[in-house]
Amino acid sequence: MGTVDFSGIRKSVCLDWVPDVKIGEYVIVHVGFAISKVDEEEAQETLKLFEQISGSLDELKYDGSEKSGLR
Amino acid sequence: MKYVDEYRSESAARRYADIIHKTITRSWTLMEICGGQTHTIVKSGLESLLPKEISLVHGPGCPVCVTPLEMIDKAIAIASQPEVIFTSFGDMMRVPGSHIDLLSVKADGGSVRMVYSPLDAVKIAQQNPEKKVVFFAVGFETTAPANAMAVWQAKKLGLKNFSILCSHVLVPPAMEAILSSPENQVQAFLAAGHVCTVMGFEEYIPIAKKYKVPIVVTGFEPVDILQGISMAVKQLEDGRVEVENQYSRSVQREGNQAAQKLLLEVFETTDRAWRGIGEIPLSGYKLRAEYAEFDAENIFDVGAVHAQESSLCIAGIILRGLKKPHECSVFGTECTPEHPVGAPMVSSEGACAAYYHYRKV
Repeated sequence: MGTVDFSGIRKSVCLDWVPDVKIGEYVIVHVGFAISKVDEEEAQETLKLFEQISGSLDELKYDGSEKSGLR
Repeated sequence: MKYVDEYRSESAARRYADIIHKTITRSWTLMEICGGQTHTIVKSGLESLLPKEISLVHGPGCPVCVTPLEMIDKAIAIASQPEVIFTSFGDMMRVPGSHIDLLSVKADGGSVRMVYSPLDAVKIAQQNPEKKVVFFAVGFETTAPANAMAVWQAKKLGLKNFSILCSHVLVPPAMEAILSSPENQVQAFLAAGHVCTVMGFEEYIPIAKKYKVPIVVTGFEPVDILQGISMAVKQLEDGRVEVENQYSRSVQREGNQAAQKLLLEVFETTDRAWRGIGEIPLSGYKLRAEYAEFDAENIFDVGAVHAQESSLCIAGIILRGLKKPHECSVFGTECTPEHPVGAPMVSSEGACAAYYHYRKV
């Protein structure tokens, strides 16, 4: 078992299935069990992709007339 | 929260929506498997960002919704016995049985307790040796390893007063049941990211090939879902059929093997009835013979249960993607989250609850 911080709320969580997890890393928790370690490299790759598509689309004519926020 | 907020970015969501608009040339019907994804779609208003050519149908991935009524009636019968402490995840408490729900058993003096984790139920069994503690083990592959761990620990601790009422279900057989139905309209799937976190996605490759449907393993935040949809639409437009992984920050091809190992130590596959869908071969888990002493159905004789479905609820049709919640005659009138007629109005993963809370109809 280990302690996981959910943006300020701390819970005791079973870490048996993420045996190589280190303090400071991110995990995905379901019903008190960490079921995976967030792959930070993959997460960064995806976030980079978001930025890239944002960049490439800025050059296109973006028909973003609607301004209402995502609900 | 890091690695959550980024995937809720409005600008990224709009960009993916834009890509989908630019890619699509004809109508496509996609199903998101998981009720968690349905809630994100409805809560964030994602459908309003998508081209009208995309039809999203909401899949059966809501454990509370597909648990058969007989099982809920059995749970109520067991929970009503004086020597029992009945434990369950919260959303199961208010699912109507044929006559009452688990909360009514509690209101009538029964010992029914909500738990966050199945391990909490094991702890309650240790603390209450004079009582029989039963845990209602429902859920898909994401939850099954946790419930397996509870049983495994109970055995290791030598507990004689702990058991589970097991109604576990599996995603791939349900997908095959949907795809092989003559009424099927689904042309691509967003597979459930957390089910695949546990199980990996190799088992989806033969399904994609056999039924010629693209499958994209997808996460739960708005940008995850729009990216998953854009990947699926791209495959459909290109005429490709592949299993792709949008949720690579959590899902690996082979899944979490340590969790799978324990799962298969405790459970084996069995035929299961799905509420509203019917029996699907090898679509669930039951306890292996070595763990039979922890099976509540072996311990409690609840007699014959004659389940009686509401004649008003169309949950089965909704769970197969053939109708939307607001097309039900009792939606929002006789059936509300406070007074649910059917399970999908109760659960945090149910499509009807999502429509009721977040969508103007």
